[in-house]
Amino acid sequence: MVRSSLAVLVIDENRIRASIIEAGLREAGHERVTIIHDVTGIARRIAEIEPDVIVIDLENPNRDMLENMFQLSRAVKRPIAMFVDRSDQASIEAAVDAGVSAYVVDGLRQERVKPILDMAVSRFNAFSRMARELEEARSELEGRKVIDRAKGILMKSRGLSEEAAYTLLRKTAMNQNRKISEIAQSLVTAAGLLGPAEDE
Amino acid sequence: MGAEHQITAGFMPLFDSAVLVAASQLGFAAREGINLTLHRETSWANIRDRIAIGHFHLAHMLGPMPLACNLGLTPLASETIVPFSLGLGGNCVTISNAVWAGMAAHGAEPDLDPALAGAALGGFIRERAAAGREPLRFAVVHPHSGHNYELRYWLAACGVDPDREIEIVIVPPPFMADALATGRIDGYCVGEPWNSAAVAAGTGHIVTVKAQIWRNSPEKVIGVRKSWADENPEALAALLRALHHSARWCQDPGNHTELAALMAQPAFLGLPPAVQMPILTGHLRLGGEAERDVDDFFLPFDKAANFPWKSHALWFYTQMVRWGHVAHTPENLAIARDCYRPDLYRAALKPLGVALPGANAKVEGALKVATAVGATGAGLVLGPDGFFDGQIFDPDEIDAYIAGQKSAREEV
Repeated sequence: MVRSSLAVLVIDENRIRASIIEAGLREAGHERVTIIHDVTGIARRIAEIEPDVIVIDLENPNRDMLENMFQLSRAVKRPIAMFVDRSDQASIEAAVDAGVSAYVVDGLRQERVKPILDMAVSRFNAFSRMARELEEARSELEGRKVIDRAKGILMKSRGLSEEAAYTLLRKTAMNQNRKISEIAQSLVTAAGLLGPAEDE
Repeated sequence: MGAEHQITAGFMPLFDSAVLVAASQLGFAAREGINLTLHRETSWANIRDRIAIGHFHLAHMLGPMPLACNLGLTPLASETIVPFSLGLGGNCVTISNAVWAGMAAHGAEPDLDPALAGAALGGFIRERAAAGREPLRFAVVHPHSGHNYELRYWLAACGVDPDREIEIVIVPPPFMADALATGRIDGYCVGEPWNSAAVAAGTGHIVTVKAQIWRNSPEKVIGVRKSWADENPEALAALLRALHHSARWCQDPGNHTELAALMAQPAFLGLPPAVQMPILTGHLRLGGEAERDVDDFFLPFDKAANFPWKSHALWFYTQMVRWGHVAHTPENLAIARDCYRPDLYRAALKPLGVALPGANAKVEGALKVATAVGATGAGLVLGPDGFFDGQIFDPDEIDAYIAGQKSAREEV
């Protein structure tokens, strides 16, 4: 049998993450990938798709509903065993850590399914890394805005050049062992309290 | 000063996690030398998986769930024991306005009487069947839940076959009211506040409650990873003492305002304090103008609510057998009998000198009135604990009980 003949269903309410997983599966040669974001009416969809493997995120509150559907084989029309192989503790831990769960059709050999789960785990990890970096970039941008405002306050109130204002902020941060954006934030807050130093 | 014990626990955002939440947030755990970290989860499957791989030492669980784990009914499970129960009662059966109208035409009254409501529902179900309409669809939160078993028990005792005459599906608790409002389900059995939510929205009627189907019946428990319990007996005993003090505090009406405010925080339920009050007071709005006070609607502490009775576990087991979830064999019966651990509860609380039942199991449904029972320490009052159909469950006569329910089912 050809490896790529497995039908994979991805259930993820996060559309971006779902499409990242889909891309990974297609790159790995899996042509029959279906993505579902909303579980309404899912029993019928599963019956149509007849997936060999189902990948679902752990944050999905409908996991209990799905498991029950799989156990009542009348919904899916065939028995399903879950979570790869029960004995494979390391895979299970990695999957739960990453926030992904997989349900596997009974009789499917583990070595055919494990690469799919491993791929999903690494994509989940990559996604959360990306989300974290985005958040860091956002807060860095905000930090830069605060620093600009603090510089403006110093330039106006102490008659400093922009460079001298920045040097003063940096020196204060170093002396107090704090981040420059924190010093800037304190200055902006204090200026706000002390009156109309800036037009707000 | 560091805490002696680090304990990590999972919980679902439901009111009956209150004893665990209060233990962690109000200092009961800290006073016993425990740093209790709580993780909010989105599904019972996650709770089960994260206990199985060791992320959680213990968790807020559905009463029959540790049994299902130990009986091999769940895909991923470790051996789980129950040394503490989180309370008695707390659930309702809520139905749509359309079903209520149908039931009312068959004599239903807004009084929560399970026998009357069940008969009216049965009449409506048969009327629909005769007209060739689809069976009603009810939802519960999990197959291995008190909700599933009490809904089925109630219907079967009223002559409705829950496997053939209705459909039962699984819906997460926070989605119940929406699923009812949009017509995807016709009724459900769930804990509060998800029943009062549908009544407040004008889309549902509460027709009966757990406390009237089986008064003082078991609901959520603390499920503990057995290997951790075996290796950390002192940490577990300290936790059980913390939970005991927390439960006593939660039961006290003088603390209900503070408890409702605590559970209203976004990290726990994230719903306004007012919606937590029906479960605490037992004063329910049923839909329309009807209101009702329910005795012993939810007990987090009183009536030995925290004692892990083996007869509770064994009753759940009889229902698992009844509905085809597990085969009745001597091996399975032994697993069910060993799951709840009153010995651990008793050993942990003995130093406190509090009331402890003398027995590990009791005849369920035998107490017609509140009764003082044999206990070490201070006095202990149990019951009344009747099933609404007058049945009695004697854990020493388990074969006869299972056989009796089978034949009753086959007669339907």
